[in-house]
Amino acid sequence: MGVLTMTGMTENTGAAALEVILELQGVEKAYGSGSTRTQVLDGVDFAVNRGEFICVVGPSGSGKTTLLRCIAGLMPPSGGRTLFEGDVVTEPPAKLAVVFQDYSRSLLPWMTVRRNIELPLKNKFARGERAERIEHALRSVGLAGKGDLYPWQMSGGMQQRAAIARGLAYQPDVLLMDEPFAAVDAQTRIDLEDLVLDIQREYNTTVLFVTHDIDEAVYLADRVVVLSGAPTTVSHEIPVDLPRPRDQVQTKLDPRFAQLRTRIFELIQNAKSSSVINRA
Amino acid sequence: MNAGRVLSKGLVRLWLPVLLVAVWWYASADSSNIYFPPLATILETFQRDWLTARALDDLVPSLTKLVIGFLLAAFGGIALGTLLGLSPRVRSAVEPIMQFLRSLPPPVLLPIGLLLFGITGAMNIFIIVFGAIWPTVLNTADGVRSLPPELRDMARSYRLGFRQRLFAVVLPNAAPQIFSGLRVTLQLSIILIVVSEMVAAVDGVGFYVLNSQQTFAVAETWAGTLLLGVIGYLTTLVFLLAQRRVLAWQTGMHQTRKA
Ligand SMILES: Nc1ncnc2c1ncn2[C@@H]1O[C@H](COP(=O)(O)OP(=O)(O)O)[C@@H](O)[C@H]1O
Ligand SMILES: [Mg+2]
Repeated sequence: MGVLTMTGMTENTGAAALEVILELQGVEKAYGSGSTRTQVLDGVDFAVNRGEFICVVGPSGSGKTTLLRCIAGLMPPSGGRTLFEGDVVTEPPAKLAVVFQDYSRSLLPWMTVRRNIELPLKNKFARGERAERIEHALRSVGLAGKGDLYPWQMSGGMQQRAAIARGLAYQPDVLLMDEPFAAVDAQTRIDLEDLVLDIQREYNTTVLFVTHDIDEAVYLADRVVVLSGAPTTVSHEIPVDLPRPRDQVQTKLDPRFAQLRTRIFELIQNAKSSSVINRA
Repeated sequence: MNAGRVLSKGLVRLWLPVLLVAVWWYASADSSNIYFPPLATILETFQRDWLTARALDDLVPSLTKLVIGFLLAAFGGIALGTLLGLSPRVRSAVEPIMQFLRSLPPPVLLPIGLLLFGITGAMNIFIIVFGAIWPTVLNTADGVRSLPPELRDMARSYRLGFRQRLFAVVLPNAAPQIFSGLRVTLQLSIILIVVSEMVAAVDGVGFYVLNSQQTFAVAETWAGTLLLGVIGYLTTLVFLLAQRRVLAWQTGMHQTRKA
C-alpha cells in the first residue's frame, strides 16, 4: 500500500495501477419538490484512489457541501450512487470521517477537547489505546498539552485543529474536509494547510478536501476536481504535477503553480457565466 | 475577587431584609394584638417547634415527601420529555392528552388523589408529581429537539451509539432548558406539598400551619409560615448550586464570548 501511495503522490499518470477507494457514479441531488424543486447536483462522476489528496473546487452555492454529505452517507442522493471500497453508501461508512465546515459547532462545548476526541473512539478501541491515540493526534496537530481545555477556551484555529485531531484519532481510511479553513485567519490557514499535508503523509489517509479557494486547492492536491455552476457536474479534473513535499514559498513560486491556478480560475469563471446564461 | 467586594456585595443584598426584620421586631415588640404576636414570641415558638427534636414530627415527613415527589417529577419529566423530543410519532399521539392534563390546575387533582390514596404520604407525592412534572416535560422535549444540525451530523458520521448520542450529545445540549424546567417544577413541588398537606395530611409543615391556625395557635401559624419561607429559599439555593455545577461549561462559554 505504501508503494501505491508513493506512486500516487509523485506521478498520477499510472492511475490504472491504483486502487479506487471512493467512486461517485452519476450522483444527483435535488432539494424541494414540485415548483420549488431545484436540481443542485446533476450527475457528478469521479473516482478517488487510495492515498490520494483530492481537492474539489466550485463557487459558493455550487453544491460542494451537498456533495460531501452524499458521500459521507449523511443524506441519500436523489439519483446515482457513491461506492466506498466497492460498497454502495447508504449510511456513514465506518472508515470515513468528516471535518465539518463549522468547526465551532461540531465540537461539543460541554466536553474538554480530549473527551471530544475520545467520544467516537469508544466503540472502536480499548481504553489504553484510546489514550495513546488521543495524545498522538493532539501532538500531530500541535495541541499537545491542550487536551484539558474546552473548545470555547480556544481560538478558531485551535478549534479546527481539535476537530482535525478528532478525525485523525478515529483513523479513517478517507477523511472528508468541507472548507475547513474558510473561517480562520490567513496565517493560521497557511499553518493548517501544511499541517494537513504532513498528517496526510504520516497517517497515509485519503483526503477529499472541498474548498472555494483555488490557490489552496492547487497547493494541496494531487488532483483538482472542478465543479461547474449549478446544476452541478464535474467540468474538469486537473492533475497537479507539482513536486512534493510542497512548500508555501517554493511551490507557489513555481511557474507551473501559476499556470494551474490560472487554468482552474478560467474554468470556474466559464462555468459561472454559463450557469448564469442557463438560468436567464 | 477580593474580600472587600464580596462583603460589599453581601451588604447590598442584605440591607433591605435586615431593615425589614428590624422594623418588624420593634413594631411588634409590645403588640397585644393576638393576630400579630411580637416577633420575639414567634421566634421563640420557631425555636421550640423547629429547632428541637419536635421538628422531626412534621419537618422530616414534609421534606421526605417533597424530595421524593420532586425527584419523581424531575426524572419522570426528563424521561417523558426526551421520548417526546426524540419521536415525532409519540409526540403527536401524546400531545393532546398532555395539553389537557397540563391545563388542569394542580389543586384540582386533590380530590382524585384522596380517592385513590386516601390521606397518605403517597397522595401528597401523587399531587406533586402530576402537578409539577409538566414544565420539565415540555422544556426537555424542546431542548431535545433543539439539537443543532451540525451536532446531529457529527453524531451520525462518527456512528455514535444510541446511549452515546443521548447522554453525551442530546441531553447535555438540552441541559440549560431542562434546568429552567426543573426550577419551575421545584417551585410547584413546594407549593403543592404545602397545599396538599393543608388539605389532607396528618403531619407535615402544611398540616402544622393550617392546624395551628384552626386552633388559634397564632404564634405557631407565623412560625410555620416562616419555616416554609426558609425551606423554599434553601431548596432553591441548593438547586441553583447544582445547576451552576452542571452548567459550568455554559457559563464559561458565555463569559468567553462576551470578553
Ligand atoms: N437543506 C437544503 N434545503 C434546500 N436547499 C438547500 C439545502 N442545502 C443546500 N441547499 C441549496 O443547495 C445549493 C448548494 O448548497 P451547498 O451544497 O451548501 O453549496 P456550497 O457548499 O458549494 O456552498 C444552494 O443553492 C443552497 O441554497
Ligand atoms: Mg458549503
